[in-house]
Amino acid sequence: MVPINYYIVLSAILFTIGALGVLVRRNALIIFMSIELMLNAANLAMVAFSSVLQSFSGQIFVFFVIAVAAAEVAVGLALIVEIFKSKRSIDVDQISSLKG
Amino acid sequence: MTLDLVFFLILSLIAIATALGMLLSRNAIYSALFLVLNFVTVAVFYLLLGAPFIAMAQITIYAGAIMVLFLFVIMLLGAENLPETQTLPWQKYLAGGLAAVLAVEATFIFLTRARPAGEIAPPDEAVNTIANLRELGDVLFRQYLLPFEVTSILLLVAMVGAIVLIRKEKRVH
Repeated sequence: MVPINYYIVLSAILFTIGALGVLVRRNALIIFMSIELMLNAANLAMVAFSSVLQSFSGQIFVFFVIAVAAAEVAVGLALIVEIFKSKRSIDVDQISSLKG
Repeated sequence: MTLDLVFFLILSLIAIATALGMLLSRNAIYSALFLVLNFVTVAVFYLLLGAPFIAMAQITIYAGAIMVLFLFVIMLLGAENLPETQTLPWQKYLAGGLAAVLAVEATFIFLTRARPAGEIAPPDEAVNTIANLRELGDVLFRQYLLPFEVTSILLLVAMVGAIVLIRKEKRVH
């Protein structure tokens, strides 16, 4: 038997690492991956709650989050490819002007 | 200490280590591969929590489709290694400090103040039956039918958006 607190704490730690990645890294692709890690941490907490409450709702929400993450990645990576075409770099510090 | 708890601790160590590996490796390809490992570990957690369908969806969609897309774009752009350009030298330390505060605070609150009740028992045999999956589908297509349809529209919009973004613009004469 594992107390649910442990799962929530693990989820919080993974979320923190993801947030740290967004703050520290300059590579737009790695910032994107850190966002995926944060979504994943939230998913873990939701499945843990769904398991304790004996309800399927948490799992369904995770299903929706995965679908939204897929949509987000498709559009985000297209944006990154476009930015790379015009700036020749995906360093987020280089993307500082509004006009492309 | 039960076998469950030992298994949980080993897996959480792997999950945290791979997440840190994703954060710290200089090469974006290594980061992506570390993240794949992290997603697979979380999928094993889902199996432990008695959610086999979500675990398989996690592996096929996250570790399969999404990360392959990431790797494809990294290799397409040749953006494995960016030259180090640090404009704010104190940023890393400030971010590290803030993240440490967040982690400690969240851990403290979850372990001492807000105690979510309940323990997670290992899933029994019923979780592997077709009836379990049927029940999940029942909830998805009855109670959450509208969100499901909205998700399909969202995916369509994302697909059209991605195509519009990377299509070549036609010259107007």
